[in-house]
Amino acid sequence: MSDTLMSGNEAVAHGAWEAGAVVGVGYPGTPSTETLEAFAKLPGIRAEWAPNEKVALEVAAGVSMGGARVLVTMKHVGVNVAADPLFTLAYTGVGGGIVILAADDPGMHSSQNEQDSRNWGPFAHVPVLEPSDSSEAREMTKAAFDISERFDVPVIVRSTTRISHSKGLVSSGERVGRDVIPYVSDPAKWLMLPSNARKRRSELDKRMRALAEFAEETTLNRIEGGDTSLGVVTSGVSYNYVREVLPSASVFKVGMSFPLPASKLARFAESVDRLVVVEEADPYLKTRLRSIGLEVEGIAIPTEGELTPGLVAQAFGLDTPLLREAISGLPPRPPLMCPGCPHRGVFHALRKIRAVVTGDIGCYTLGAMPPLSAMDSCVCMGASIGMTHGMHLAGGAEGRPIVAVIGDSTFAHSGITGLAHIAYNAGTGTVLVLDNRITAMTGHQGNPMMGRTLMGEQTVEIDVEKLCEALGVTRVRVVDPHDLAATEAAIREEIAADALSVVVAQSPCALLLKERNDAYSVDDEACTACGACSKIGCPAIGLEDSGKASIDVTLCVGCADCVQVCRFDAIETTGLACDIGGA
Amino acid sequence: MDVVTVMLAGVGGQGTILAADVLAKVAVAQGLDVKLSEVHGMAQRGGAVDTVVRFGEKVYSPLTDPGRADHLVAFETIEAARRLQYLRPGGRLLVNSRVIQPLPVLIGVAEMPEELEARLDSEGAIFVDAEALACEAGSPKSANVVLLGALSTGLDFTEEAWREIISSRVPPKTVDVNLRAFELGRAACVEGECYG
Ligand SMILES: Cc1ncc(C[n+]2csc(CCOP(=O)(O)OP(=O)(O)O)c2C)c(N)n1
Repeated sequence: MSDTLMSGNEAVAHGAWEAGAVVGVGYPGTPSTETLEAFAKLPGIRAEWAPNEKVALEVAAGVSMGGARVLVTMKHVGVNVAADPLFTLAYTGVGGGIVILAADDPGMHSSQNEQDSRNWGPFAHVPVLEPSDSSEAREMTKAAFDISERFDVPVIVRSTTRISHSKGLVSSGERVGRDVIPYVSDPAKWLMLPSNARKRRSELDKRMRALAEFAEETTLNRIEGGDTSLGVVTSGVSYNYVREVLPSASVFKVGMSFPLPASKLARFAESVDRLVVVEEADPYLKTRLRSIGLEVEGIAIPTEGELTPGLVAQAFGLDTPLLREAISGLPPRPPLMCPGCPHRGVFHALRKIRAVVTGDIGCYTLGAMPPLSAMDSCVCMGASIGMTHGMHLAGGAEGRPIVAVIGDSTFAHSGITGLAHIAYNAGTGTVLVLDNRITAMTGHQGNPMMGRTLMGEQTVEIDVEKLCEALGVTRVRVVDPHDLAATEAAIREEIAADALSVVVAQSPCALLLKERNDAYSVDDEACTACGACSKIGCPAIGLEDSGKASIDVTLCVGCADCVQVCRFDAIETTGLACDIGGA
Repeated sequence: MDVVTVMLAGVGGQGTILAADVLAKVAVAQGLDVKLSEVHGMAQRGGAVDTVVRFGEKVYSPLTDPGRADHLVAFETIEAARRLQYLRPGGRLLVNSRVIQPLPVLIGVAEMPEELEARLDSEGAIFVDAEALACEAGSPKSANVVLLGALSTGLDFTEEAWREIISSRVPPKTVDVNLRAFELGRAACVEGECYG
């Protein structure tokens, strides 16, 4: 097959498919998301979005026990959620191979923290492979399935934003048929009672020793000889920067970052005058090389944020390029809620109510940005609900109302258990579920709240009212967040009620609307320049020099949120002002 | 051939990713090695986005650094200024003369910089009114392809190579509009000068 451009994510999907994986399962999360979406488009497989990463890995464990190969995809923080099954799956090992894509986000383009997933290797006792580009992402995913089955262990393929979201040339191949291994009951392997687990623990050490031997000989780790005055150990995306900046250096390219090939590394160290490590994120390789007694010279490679070729050049004292003079005083351009976003009305109300908002993760986290500025915390998926309860336990917030805000996908991911906690512990509090019928932030994936699977089938959707009722929440109501008055009134009432309550703000994501309403415009005579409409933070609304509002008809989708906040009836419909169809 | 680095900067939703993809595929069709780096997720919600395409005999890094880009194609004027330092001295600066006010400006907590166009002009910017040309081609949504047309006059690929990839990459119903957009961008922008 000829070379085609693929992102790292697409290449992982293709590699898994070629390796005969029959199931792909995961939870969306930047930068991992497109992997499962690409896998879903390949023939002869089944791909499923799980409600969260733990469920995804548990489904994978079942697929594996049933004898088939399975790909599991998630972002770095997803591995935290899946860590419980992960650690024990290292003990049980696999039937069909399990390969987990863990996609890290150094620099936090779209994440709440930085984590270096290579650390799961020594922590969970699972091998970790680290591709450097799309081509390797495909090859290593294939290799990972073989390693998984040969050494009876799940394998992590660790990617980063610049691997997952960079495109490069890949020569993909055909799918290799692989029969599903017939199931034979084997509790000693799969049933981790302490007595079995102790035996598997010892087995695990044996498997790790075998893997360490494999690491010495596999071509995943390779030495690229060069000038012996400088030896660089590197892996992942950093390898590219080393090759570009230090073309003549001797390079040890680590492809399998756990377990490491201690002897091969030692031989390399001996062959060079200076030994340095170039890596992004944690000083993982540096620490491990030093722990096996190699003298690694310290250089100024940042452990925070993303590495670039320029930073590598700097660390080696190479020439920096001439720069044009920067243009200063530029206004920032943060991401923002889209015109017509149904989340806007909820935050408009919360701001008016002066609520303390324990928030969560999704597009609605943008409610924290000015001018809405109506969110006080965001920690991890699902945290909003537990934190609201905890605030109440601590005695409240100086009399201000406390409200939890969580999106539909996040609620299904890990919000339901939090709600069970409050109900069970006889807590009060108000939880807003922002149900835009989709997992929007990561690019519109399905979830158990919205009635469609990744394979395109119609399916059931969670009935939130009945669910809450079953959990013991008696006050549950649904509002349309584009009805600003009704939304505010409902939230006020539920705050006032001395009981646990759930308000479901239900309206589809504005980007999913097939037909948009006519755009609005501002009646210049009626506008008093009061500025109320600009306080809802709609990117379609600007201010003229006169202080009066104006609406960009190419952006306006006609949601009418602004119409409702204007006390002077100055915003009126104009009819469709611009042909926005076409390309 | 030395590696050529093109940075496309714009605002989430402006079609920078599609434009970068077309450029990358044109380079692949010439038998070159290519790396393309883009950012998905949060930033795409109306935030500042940039995409880098690098091509040559052998390309390692998908990323570039300040002072290293040969071409900066800015889909928006403020973003041209924001990424200006990435463009090496002597590099080619293409700027869509459109301004999209960021939300902090719309709500009055930040100000527009003064004399931005003049400042960019002094850096040798070639301005293109991509939206106007796109409308002329038949749809304002083809502005990204107008800019590719403008970019194409500074690169060594044949017009035919571009047309082929554009035709295969845009929705079938919009092929004609996009090819017209490409031509208009190309015509508006001969090397060093611009009649947009
Ligand atoms: C453990 C974990 N997995 C995945 C993500 C990535 N992620 C961030 S927000 C989000 C879902 C948002 O969907 P939803 O709650 O429906 O809100 P919306 O974006 O639709 O407003 C996901 C998957 C994450 N931050 N943490």
